[in-house]
Amino acid sequence: MRSEYLPRLLRPLLAVVILIALWQLVITVTGVPRYILPAPLAVGRALIAERALLAHHAITTVIEILGGLIGGVLLGLVTALSLARFRPLRRTLLPLLLVSQAIPLFALAPILMLWLGYGLGPKILMAMIIIYFPVASTGYDGLRQTPQGWLDLARTFGLNRRQVLFRVQLPAALPSLASGLRMAASAAPIGAVIGEWVGASRGLGFLMLNANARLQIDVMFAALVVLVVFAILLYFGVDALLRLAMPWHRDGVATEY
Amino acid sequence: MTPPGLHVRNASLTFGQRALFSKLECEFPASSWTCLLGRSGSGKSSLLRMIAGLHLPDNHHLDLTTSDGEALRGRLAWMAQQDLLVPWERVLGNVMLGARWRGERSASAVARAREMLALVGLAERADAWPAALSGGQRQRVSLARTLFEDASVVLMDEPFSAVDAITRLELHELAYRLLAERTVIMVTHDPLEALRLAERILVLKGDPARLVPLAAPETPRPRALDDAEVQTRQTALVAELRETADAQ
Repeated sequence: MRSEYLPRLLRPLLAVVILIALWQLVITVTGVPRYILPAPLAVGRALIAERALLAHHAITTVIEILGGLIGGVLLGLVTALSLARFRPLRRTLLPLLLVSQAIPLFALAPILMLWLGYGLGPKILMAMIIIYFPVASTGYDGLRQTPQGWLDLARTFGLNRRQVLFRVQLPAALPSLASGLRMAASAAPIGAVIGEWVGASRGLGFLMLNANARLQIDVMFAALVVLVVFAILLYFGVDALLRLAMPWHRDGVATEY
Repeated sequence: MTPPGLHVRNASLTFGQRALFSKLECEFPASSWTCLLGRSGSGKSSLLRMIAGLHLPDNHHLDLTTSDGEALRGRLAWMAQQDLLVPWERVLGNVMLGARWRGERSASAVARAREMLALVGLAERADAWPAALSGGQRQRVSLARTLFEDASVVLMDEPFSAVDAITRLELHELAYRLLAERTVIMVTHDPLEALRLAERILVLKGDPARLVPLAAPETPRPRALDDAEVQTRQTALVAELRETADAQ
């Protein structure tokens, strides 16, 4: 176990170290000014020096991301279940959902700020909107593609439609839904940061814009690093939760469903 | 649990513009084991699905009456070619899947599921995930799940065709022993399987198809492979199935 586990952790770490070395190499070779691209060490110093400021803004962004994730996943799930359950809803809501995806999120952001102000609300909503679609569509796809054999069984067992939906279709849709949730976890920070760019007084996106205006490029990069680290943690956190929820669906086992 | 006999009338199935069969009528006596044979595409599986009341995409109709006049719903167990084990339940949960899905929770159900699992010889695998079982073991769990439903009518659609030949022979003996006394209709494409297990053999053939009854051996079941009756009738049965193709 241990001998397998260590390289699994070491390999991505090694990749990070190589990337940082390349970064330093580019700076040394090209002599690019530090207000364009700061050295890794300068970013590291900024991370430590400005840790209180970074933490202050990170908390806001984390709340926005988590709020958006929870709200978007719940709303997406309810949509997927309703679409699977009610045929008339499919005819009206499904085309609308697809059309809604043609609206660029960036274009929506200023309108949301206008309507909802500059607080947490519109950022959470932005994150929710960006998460909602992958969850709703993968969830609905999964619910729709329940193998006919299980539906046959359910029918001969004498199940009603609600029981079929929650006890047969929903667990059968979990692997498909899981890929939607992983997508959602990696997209959530985008929604929050876009919201902060358009108009905010707190948050990592706001800090980046602010630092950019003051030519504090090292702080800007430090904020980016914090954001990336959180996004990665979020992804693996969601992944771990999904593994817990699907103990049968381990890698290499039961991949046929 | 007195198994009812089934009476099928006006069974019609249209596939696109083509009528596979129309106005079929047949009788399945109580506590009898009937094997339904036919070539691929003859509509034998569809006929079974119609009796079970399962979804079919094509145009179909069937009138079903039971010998005791009561509905078949709730007294019927279904076994398909695929084992249909759900990966999110362990083996024991799969045996009592009907109870799980209907939301019936009781200690006696668990005890009964363990009993059924022991009957198919898999008591010690109760806590395994289905993915850890072999194809033959999975089909035995599927058989245990069918038994758990305690249905007096059992409909089986090529239940043993996905396992290897030796496992199939073992499953025949197990299924015969465990499903005795019930009204069984089994669709199969394997003449040998039908000759080992059936009391009655029906062949679905022709265009549009009719049900042709064929004499099954009179010897006690499950019949051995070297049973003289099985040997001689196999040739006749294969010829009967072949004739369908020649007629078309």
